[in-house]
Amino acid sequence: MLSQIFGKLTLDAVPFHEPIIMGTLAVVIVGGLALLGAITYYGKWTYLWKEWFTSVDHKRIGVMYIILALVMLLRGFADAIMMRMQQAIANNDAAGYLPPHHYDQIFTAHGVIMIFFVAMPLIVGLMNVIVPLQIGARDVAYPFLNSLSFWLAAVGAVLVMLSMFVGDFAATGWLAYPPLSELGYSPTTGVDYYIWSLQISGLGTTLTGINFVVTILRMRAPGMKMMQMPVFTWTALVANILIVAAFPVLTATLALLTADRYLGTHFFTNELGGNPMMYVNLIWVWGHPEVYILILPCFGAFSEIISTFSGKPLFGYKSMVYATCCIGVMSFLVWLHHFFTMGSGANVNAFFGIMTMIISVPTGVKLFNWLFTMYHGRVRFTAPVLWTIGFMITFTIGGMTGVLLAVPAADFVLHNSLFLIAHFHNVIIGGVVFGCLAAIHFWFPKAFGFTLNEFWGKVSFWCWLVGFYVAFMPLYVLGFMGMTRRMNHYANPDWHPYLVVAAFGAVIIALGIGALLVQFWVSFRERKQNLDLSGDPWDGRTLEWATSSPPPFYNFAIVPHIDDIDQHWEDKERRVAYKRPARYEDIHMPRNTGAGVYISVAGFFLCFGLIWHIWWLAGLGLLGMVGSFIARSYDRDVDYWVPASEVARIENERFAALKEAA
Amino acid sequence: MIKKSLASVLRMFCVGAVVLLAGCSTELMSPKGDIGMQERTLILTALGLMLVVVIPVIVMTLLFAYRFRASNKKAAYKPKWAHSTAIEVVVWTVPCIIVAILAVITWRTSHSLDPYKPLESDVKPITVEVVSMDWKWLFIYPDYGVASVNQMAMPVGVPVNFRITSDTVMNSFFIPQLGSQVYSMAGMETKLHLIANEPGVYRGLSANYSGAGFSDMRFDAIATTQEGFDNWIKQAKAVPQALDATSYASLAQPSTRLPVTYYSTVTPDFFGTIVNKYMGMDMSHGDKSMAMDMPMPMHHAETKVAE
Repeated sequence: MLSQIFGKLTLDAVPFHEPIIMGTLAVVIVGGLALLGAITYYGKWTYLWKEWFTSVDHKRIGVMYIILALVMLLRGFADAIMMRMQQAIANNDAAGYLPPHHYDQIFTAHGVIMIFFVAMPLIVGLMNVIVPLQIGARDVAYPFLNSLSFWLAAVGAVLVMLSMFVGDFAATGWLAYPPLSELGYSPTTGVDYYIWSLQISGLGTTLTGINFVVTILRMRAPGMKMMQMPVFTWTALVANILIVAAFPVLTATLALLTADRYLGTHFFTNELGGNPMMYVNLIWVWGHPEVYILILPCFGAFSEIISTFSGKPLFGYKSMVYATCCIGVMSFLVWLHHFFTMGSGANVNAFFGIMTMIISVPTGVKLFNWLFTMYHGRVRFTAPVLWTIGFMITFTIGGMTGVLLAVPAADFVLHNSLFLIAHFHNVIIGGVVFGCLAAIHFWFPKAFGFTLNEFWGKVSFWCWLVGFYVAFMPLYVLGFMGMTRRMNHYANPDWHPYLVVAAFGAVIIALGIGALLVQFWVSFRERKQNLDLSGDPWDGRTLEWATSSPPPFYNFAIVPHIDDIDQHWEDKERRVAYKRPARYEDIHMPRNTGAGVYISVAGFFLCFGLIWHIWWLAGLGLLGMVGSFIARSYDRDVDYWVPASEVARIENERFAALKEAA
Repeated sequence: MIKKSLASVLRMFCVGAVVLLAGCSTELMSPKGDIGMQERTLILTALGLMLVVVIPVIVMTLLFAYRFRASNKKAAYKPKWAHSTAIEVVVWTVPCIIVAILAVITWRTSHSLDPYKPLESDVKPITVEVVSMDWKWLFIYPDYGVASVNQMAMPVGVPVNFRITSDTVMNSFFIPQLGSQVYSMAGMETKLHLIANEPGVYRGLSANYSGAGFSDMRFDAIATTQEGFDNWIKQAKAVPQALDATSYASLAQPSTRLPVTYYSTVTPDFFGTIVNKYMGMDMSHGDKSMAMDMPMPMHHAETKVAE
C-alpha cells in the first residue's frame, strides 16, 4: 500500500547518517528560510512574480539564467574543492574523508552541474540579454517559450540539488556510461535523477535553440544583412543551430537508457545483445558539439570586447564568420576522439584524429584575428580586456594539449588521465568561464544601468588566472605520471605533492569567486556613483549600446535601419546617434505569463514521480504540464500595444539622462 | 599596472616551465617498452611542432597588448584598419601547414601504433588473456594453463598479445610505462600488443572508472628474464587452486584489494566462455560446451574496419 503511494521513496532516502550532507542541508534550509523570510518581510513577492517570474522580457529572463548559473557555480565549485581536498589527503591509500560512494557522486555532480547548470545557463543567459539588442529586435521570436525554457532549466537544477538530500545522485561519471549506469550496476535512483534532470532541462535548451535560430534569422532590424550581424550574434546563431541539431540526440540517447532502466529493454546492457559502445558513440555525437555550443558564443563575446576596447573594428570579420561556421559544421565530425581506446581500426582513429586537428585551424585563425584587432589599436586594460588576454594565452595552451590528445597514438597513453582533465579545464575555464565572466563585466552596465567595480574585477581576474595555473598545471604532470581520473585514493607517493599544489590552486580560485561576489556587492552599493547614463559606457560599436542602460522593455523606441556591422560606432562617427525622432508610434509587445512557471512546476512533479516510481504523481505532473500548455494555447490575450505617448514619456527621460551624461 | 601584469605573467611561465621539466622524469617520459618509447617520441614531436605556433601567439598577445596600450601615444592608432589580405593568407596558411604535417604523422602512427597490430619480432609472442572484474584483474595464460589475479608476468623482449574482455562494466587496461591502453568490454574481445624492453615491476591499473572499487583496480606487471618468467609460471603451477566454474564464481563476487592469487590449472578456453556468456544466452559460467558451440556474432576484432 505504502509503495503505491510513495513508490520507492522511504525515509531511508534521506542520508541522515552523513554529517557533510546534513550540514549542507541545514545551511540550505536556514539560508532558504532567511531568503523567503526577507522577501516576505519586504513584501516583494508580488513584485518578483509580476516583474520577474512571469516575465517574457528576454533581458530579465537572461538575468535570471545568469543568477541560476552563479548559484549553481557555488555548488559545482564546492564539489570541486571537496574533490581536491580528498585527493590531497588520500595519499598512501588513506581513506580520506569521502568514501567512494560519496566521492563518486561528487565528481559526477560536479561535471553535470558545471556543464548543464553553470556553463549552459551562462551562455543562454548572455544570448538572451544581448542578441535581441544587437539585432534591433523587441524580444525573441517566441517570448513565452523563452520563459518556459528558463523554468524547465531551473527545475532541472532543483532536481540535481534535491538528489543530494533525498536519495542520491548518479555515481557514474558525468556522461553516465552504461553498463555502469544500467539498473544492474546502479540500482538506486541516482541515475534516474541524472536522466530526468537532464531531460527536462534539455527540453528547455532545445526550445531555446529553436527560439534563437528563428529570432536571428527572422527578426533582424531592417537592412541588417547576414554579413552585417555583430560577431556575437553570429556565434550565437551557429551555437543555436548546433543546439537544435545536437540536443535531440542527447534526448534520444537518454530515452533509450531510460527504456533500459524502466522497461527492461537491452539497448546498452551487457546482456542480450545490448551494446554500450553505441551509447558512448551517441552521447559524444551530442557531447562534442556541446563544447562548441559553449565556446562559440564566448568567442563572439571576446571579439566584441577586444574590438570595443581597442577602438577598432574586428580584424577579419569575414574570416571570423567563416571560421565560426567551419567549426560549427566540423564539430559533428570529431566525436570519436573521445574514445580512441575503444579499439576502432587505425583508419577510423586516424580520420577522427585528423578532423580534430583541422578544427584547430579556424580556431587558430580566430586567435590571430584577435591579435590583429589589437594591432594599431588603443587597448584599454579594463577587466573585460584582462579576461580576454588571459583567455588568449590560456586557451592557446589548452588548444595545444587538445591537439596532442587528438593524435590517437598519443591518446593511447593520455586517455582518461589527469592530463585530459587538465586539458578540458584549460579550455573550459580558460575559454568558457573567462568568456562568460568577461561578457558579464562587459554587458553588466547594459543590463543593470551601472558599471561593475573595476578593482574587485581585477582582483577576481588575477585570482582566477593564477588559481587556474596552480590548480591545473600539476594535473598535466600527473597525467604524465600515469594518474588516471576519478581516483578516490592512491598509493603512489610521487603524486601527492602535485595534488597538494592543485588543492592550493583550487583555494586561489575560491578567492577569485569570493572577489567576484564582493565585486557585485560593492558595485551595487556604489551604483549611484557608477551610473551609466549614456547607455554606452565603453564607447561601444554595436547596436546594443545605442539604447539606454538598462534598455526600456521594448528595447528601441524606433527600430533602427542598419547599414553597417558596427552600426552604433558609425552613427557616432556620422554624428547621427541619439537623434530624437520626429514622432513615436505604438509598440506591439508580448504580455507576461505564468504559464512557463506552471508547466515547469508540473514538470517537476512528473520527474520526481518518475524518479521514485510514484506513478500517480508522475501522471498528475504530466497532466498538469499538458493541461497548462493547452490552457495557454487558448489564451488569446497574449500581447498588447504600448501607446506612443507612453513611449514618448520613457524616451524623454532617456534624453534627459543623455543630456546629464553629456 | 601593465608592467606588473607582465611580470606576473612571466613569473607564471617560469613556474610552468619548472613544472614541465619536472614532468620529464615521469612514467610516460621514461617508458620501458617499445610502444611506450614510440609514443613518447610522438608526444614530444607533436608538442614541438605545435609550439611553433603557440609560442609566437603567446608572445604576440603580450607584445601587442603592451605596445598598443591606450597610454602609449607613440604607437600608431588606425581606427579603421581591419583587413589585410596578406595577414589573412598567412594566418590561414601557417596553421594549415602545421596541421598538414601533424596529419601525416597522425596517419602513420595511428597505423604503426595500432594496438591491434601484432609486434614485429623474431621471438615467438606469448598470449595473455585479461579479464576486468569487480574490482580486480584476472590474467589467464592459455599456453601455460595457469592464471593469476592482480599480478602478471612477462619475459623481457618477448611480445605479448593481450586479449582483453570484461566480466563487468567497461574498464581500461593500462600499464603506463609499457604504452597503450585499450578498453575492456563485456561480451567483446579487444586486443593489445605490448613488449617490455627492461626488467622491472610496472604499475598496471584501470584507466576507466568502473564503480566504487575502481581506485583499487591495480596490478603489478612484472617484466623479467625468461628464467624469471619460467619460475613465475612454476610458482603458479605449484598452488592447489584451479580456475574453474566454481572458483571463478567466488572470484567474481565484488571485492577490492584482493591479494595476488594464482591458479595452477585453467579450464580450456575459459576466456572464450567469459566473452560468450553475454552473447544472448544467460548460461552459467562454466558451461563451456554450449558456449563453444555458439557463434560469436559481435567479436570486436571483426567489427574493426578492414585495412
